[in-house]
Parts: sequence; structure tokens; C-alpha cells
Amino acid sequence: MAKAKQRVHPLEDLIRTERIPHIWCPGCGVGTVFSACLSAIKQTGIEYRKFTMVSGIGCSGRGAGYARLDSFHTTHGRAIPFATGIKMANPELNVIVFSGDGDLFAIGGNHFIHAARRNMDLTVICINNFIYGMTGGQVAATTPHNAQSATTPYGNPESPFNLPLLAIASGATYVARWTMIHTRDLTDTFAEAMAHRGFSFIEVLSPCPINYVRRNKVKLMDLVKKFQTHTIIRNDADPRDLDLDFEKGVVLGKFVDIDRPTADMLYEEIRRRRAG
Amino acid sequence: MEPKVLTGKHFINGDVACAEGAIAAGCTFFGGYPITPATEVAERMAERLPDVGGTFIQMEDEIAAITSILGAAWTGAKVMTATSGPGFSLMMESVGLAVVTETPCVVVNVQRAGPSTGLPTMGAQADMMQARWGSHGDYEIIAMAPASPQEMFDLTIEAFNLSEKYRVPVFIMSDEVVGHMSEKVVIPEASKIHTVSRVRPVGRKDRFKPYQPLKNGVSPMPAIGDGFNIHVTGLTHDEQGYPVMSVDTQKDMISRLLAKIRNNIEDIIRTEGYLLKDAEMIVVSYGVSARTSYTAVDEARRMGIKAGLLRLITVWPFPDHIIRELARRVKGFVTVEINMGQISREVERCAGANASCCLVGHAGGTIITPDEVINRIKEAV
Amino acid sequence: MKYWRAPLDINEIPIVRGIVHIIADRCKGCGYCIEFCPREVLAFSKEFNKKGYHPPMVVSDGCLNCHYCEQLCPEFAIYTEEVPPVAGSPSP
Repeated sequence: MAKAKQRVHPLEDLIRTERIPHIWCPGCGVGTVFSACLSAIKQTGIEYRKFTMVSGIGCSGRGAGYARLDSFHTTHGRAIPFATGIKMANPELNVIVFSGDGDLFAIGGNHFIHAARRNMDLTVICINNFIYGMTGGQVAATTPHNAQSATTPYGNPESPFNLPLLAIASGATYVARWTMIHTRDLTDTFAEAMAHRGFSFIEVLSPCPINYVRRNKVKLMDLVKKFQTHTIIRNDADPRDLDLDFEKGVVLGKFVDIDRPTADMLYEEIRRRRAG
Repeated sequence: MEPKVLTGKHFINGDVACAEGAIAAGCTFFGGYPITPATEVAERMAERLPDVGGTFIQMEDEIAAITSILGAAWTGAKVMTATSGPGFSLMMESVGLAVVTETPCVVVNVQRAGPSTGLPTMGAQADMMQARWGSHGDYEIIAMAPASPQEMFDLTIEAFNLSEKYRVPVFIMSDEVVGHMSEKVVIPEASKIHTVSRVRPVGRKDRFKPYQPLKNGVSPMPAIGDGFNIHVTGLTHDEQGYPVMSVDTQKDMISRLLAKIRNNIEDIIRTEGYLLKDAEMIVVSYGVSARTSYTAVDEARRMGIKAGLLRLITVWPFPDHIIRELARRVKGFVTVEINMGQISREVERCAGANASCCLVGHAGGTIITPDEVINRIKEAV
Repeated sequence: MKYWRAPLDINEIPIVRGIVHIIADRCKGCGYCIEFCPREVLAFSKEFNKKGYHPPMVVSDGCLNCHYCEQLCPEFAIYTEEVPPVAGSPSP
């Protein structure tokens, strides 16, 4: 009897199973990161209905559509302001923004820095796959210098963001970075970030097997193994050292975890003061 | 601290009256961004909202301002933002999101002359077509045009009621003159103010379909945390709210979005007629331009011209049936608006060959004087 | 498992055993579970699932219920469960 009951995937209750298979390509890391996110929700022990997930547009932006939570798939780049509205209108909710690098840091970059500055109590998960996957592999604000993309056929002349540095400089109070194969750290970090009061940002490196890996003549397994062999875990590292250089070794870990009053707490304080 | 409804007589400008209307309607969330001549709406909301248990936030731009109110709306709150031309342009993206996700919200546009930065401190009524068609794709919205600070108060409440009832963005298409004009505004007792709130779903949570409409074409709307585990997307979706990329789903969804407005125009459309009964020349106007049109109609009557005024209180959906009916018995229409011809085209479309049509308009920056209207009426007769 | 020297408490520490469950039709054949299983428990099967991919199959009884395949799988297609220890059976 007990055995029969166990015969479902442990995350079955948090997935919209009727929408599976999801749209992510074979080998895409988004599914893995999404799975870690759901595991973390479970791990917090907080009632599911207190969670809501907001995504923008792109491959990672489809995340919200597979979570059995109140979930929102918004417009390109606008997940954070949408989530800001939710959080400020109902601070009881645990608001997760699950989106990609293009969505959060190119079209949505301005919203990101301002939400961090406000210490808006959101958990922002950014899947960085170095490319615009859904539209067919165009250069992103995170594409490495010289890399091939559909719009940089002669190599990328630009340089990518150092996302944790950007988040820290903008005022984020929890900042971490992992790769999709660091599943245990990832889950624990997500759970810790969800429990953290304030703006949490987690960058997760993840392969785009079709539009980045193949175009740059890398083997998928080689890139994923590099996530293991060419990374260094160094908590509290100097954010200036967090540029993504696999030759030098990419630094992973938790870089910031501080307490600062959140936007909703400070606004509530104004309400209380006014009420005398 | 002031009470929620400021019952009594006030001498306030249109922008402030609009904010008071919002508070009286039960608005508890305002996401804004400063822009002349709409800033006073945000300033007043910033002052008032914390005292009524609400939230004001000034976002980083107008895109964020309108998007934040959409998020807030899904927590169950009544929400508003206010802007003017350049900000209105930026908001068009999320207007589409609000339409397709059927998120109730009120968007105030205190119009100034454009295009682009234009005349920031000077009025116009040239965003009327943008309000109707500014976001991409096929859709219906509701737009109202207040002509006085009193109407800024009254129609803002109406806008919330319609928005909640039909789960659609409702625009308050004001203008710099009405926004900045101070007049007497009478605010009734709270108990005399009729407010409408969205229908919340009841029944089994596992069988709930968020986009399955009730009889009036509108679906009940849960709030985050109600336990319905809804999915809301800007993609074309089925009644479950799940994206479906198909011609049929697109047809069903768009048809329903249009029908819930088009099948309820009797309930939505508001106009005011003045001396229409025996009129041969009809002035069609709205907002600040309607104010001068009243004087022009009176003057024309004194000259022996049978003039009348049709004032559009809601501009969108357009009152096709009213213009069509009038066109059968009048000589002509004179549309008065501060633009180079926007609503006048709608009047022409509805009048067809049955009546003559002309425009009294200019490029913006000032109001239209009664003389300009009278001269045109005389010419048209 | 081979040790370069036997831990002193090897006879006292129960070694957990796991059983792998594969939801074959969810699999898209990325091979992460096979590649990264620390115990090399899995291999591609010759069978096709209904999507046309080769799902993994269990090729050894060495699973220690570490859940890594479950956590890595982007498709929610594999998970492990602890096998309840059989009374009186010796540690492997």
C-alpha cells in the first residue's frame, strides 16, 4: 500500500503534469534548475499557496507555466515589476521570479537594478545560458566575448555582464551563483533565498544545447563537465572576480547574505506611523 | 489622517479629483511615474494611499508602473496608474497584457500635445486613437472622457466599476486643461457611492477554469493564494489559461475578448445629449472640448440654427448606433476635438452618406474656442 | 565499493540501498543521469520510448539512493527511493 502511494515522482504535486512534456530541448538545463526550484519550495515547508511564480519571456520564462502554483507568464522583461506589484500589494506571499538572462538583464535590466535597490523581497532566479535560446541563438548581454551567435556571425565584439557584481552593486541582499549540475547546492541556496527577507538573486549557469553549444562547436557533455571541473566554490568572493572565465575558473558560491529592511516592511512602517 | 471618502464640497483640480475618485472606488494600489500634466494624480495617491491601507509605489518607468499594477491586481486589489502621452506610449505593451489576461485596471491619461515630448504643459486630445488601438492585435477596451474636475471624480469611480465588471483596462482620457483646472467638486457620502468589485470564483478548486466565462461573457477572477493554482499568460490561451498555439484557440479567445465588450455596449456606453430633439446640426465632442461646444450650441440657437450637442462620456467603445440613428434625421455633424481628426473619423464612418461631417480641431496646445465651433456650424448649415 | 583501507566502523554503518524508478515516456534522452551517476547504475536502453528517445535502464544494483539522477533530470523522468533494509541481511 505504502509502496503504491510512493510510485510517483517526488515533485509530482508541484508540476502541472498535464503540461508535461515541457518545451525545453533534450539536454537543456532549464528543467534541472526548475526541478531544483520546486524541490526548494518543498524544502522550505511553507504552504504552497503562499508561493507564486512569475516569469518573463524566453525559454526560462516558460517556467511559471509548469509550476502548480498561482503562476504568471508576463511580457518580455517585465517579470520583476509584475512581481513587485504582487509583493507590495500582498507581502504575505513568497514571490519567485524565474526567468532568463536576456529577459532579466537586457530588456529587463532597468527593472532588475531598481528592485535590488529597493530590496524588494523577491527571489530572482536567473538561468544564464549565454544566449537568446527561444528566438534561435542571438547574442545576449551574457554572451562571452568572441562567441558565435546568430547575430554575431564574426564573433561577439561585446563583453558580457558580471551578473553577481551588478546585483551586489545594485543593492541585492542575497547573491549566489551555481551551475545546473550543482543540484544540491542549488536547491539549498534556493530554499535559503526563499526564506531570506529581501532581494535575493541566484545566477545559474546552464547549457543551451542547440543554440549555444552546437553553434560554438562545443560538446554538450563537455560544457556540462566544465561546470564541474572548471569551477571553484568560494563563498564571499570579491564580486570583481566573478566574471565568467572558464580558463581562469568560474567562481561559485554565496557572495552576499545581509539583512536590510525590505521595501514592503518600510512601507508598512509608513502606514503605521501615519496611523499614529 | 483623512477618511477614505472626503465627503463634502471641495475646490480641487481634476488630477486631485481623479485620485479622490480612485480612493472612493476602493483603489488600494497605485504604481506611477512622474510626468506632466498627470503628476498630481500620483502625488495625491502617494499622500492618500498609506492612510487607507493601500500602497503607492513610484516605479522606474511607465512600463514598470503599469506592469506593477497588473501584478497587484492579481492579489485582489483595485489598481490604477496615471500618465501622459510619452508614458502612455510606453504603457501600450502592458495594456495588451491586461487585455489578454483580463486584468482589471484603470489607466489615466492626462493628455498633452504630441508626438514625442511635444508640449508637456499644454493640452490636447490627440491620444484618442492610441487609447483604442495603441497595443498590437485585436482587442476592445473602454475609455471615458471627463469634462470637469467633478467628472474626474465621478468617472474614475465609474472606470473602476466597469473595469471590475468586465475585467478590462479602462482609460480615463483626460487632458491637461481638465487635469489642471480647479473647480468645485462635490463628494457624496461613502454610502451613496456605488462601487463594483470583480466576481470571485466559488466551487471546486480542481475543476475551475479561469477563462471560462459566465453569462455576461466575463469569467470570475481569483486572487493569488485562493488555492486555484491558476496560470496566467500573455500567450494565446484556452479556458484553462494554458497556452495553445492554434488558429481555433486564437479565434475563440479573441472573439470572447471582443464579445464581452461588444455584447454589453448598452451597459457600458454613456453619452449626454443637449438640445438633440429637433437638432439639424449636431456637435459631437468630449472632454474639455465639449465645454466650449455647449456655448457654441447655445450661440447657434440664438442665431436661429437648430444645433445640438452629443457629448461622449465614454468614447470607446464608440457609440456607433447613436451616430447612425442621428445621421438618418440630421443635416450634419461637427466633431470638436483637440487633434487633427481622430474621433471625427469615427463619426464619418457611422454617418456614412446620410449626413455631412466636418472637424473643428487643431494641433494642440490650447482649447478650441466657441467662435471656431460657431463659424463651422454656420458654414456647415 | 573498494576502500584503500577499511573504515573502522564499516560494520556498524548501514549502507543505504536505492531503487531507481524510470518514467520512460517522459525521457528526452539527454543522458545526464547516465553520465553523472556516481555508481554507474544506468545505461541507455535499446528500447525507444513513445517520443522516440532511448530512456535509461538500470544495469547494476549499486544504487545508493543519492538522488542525483532525480535532481539532474530536466524531465522529471527518474527518481530513486530507499530500499528498506531487510532484517538480518549483511551490509554489502
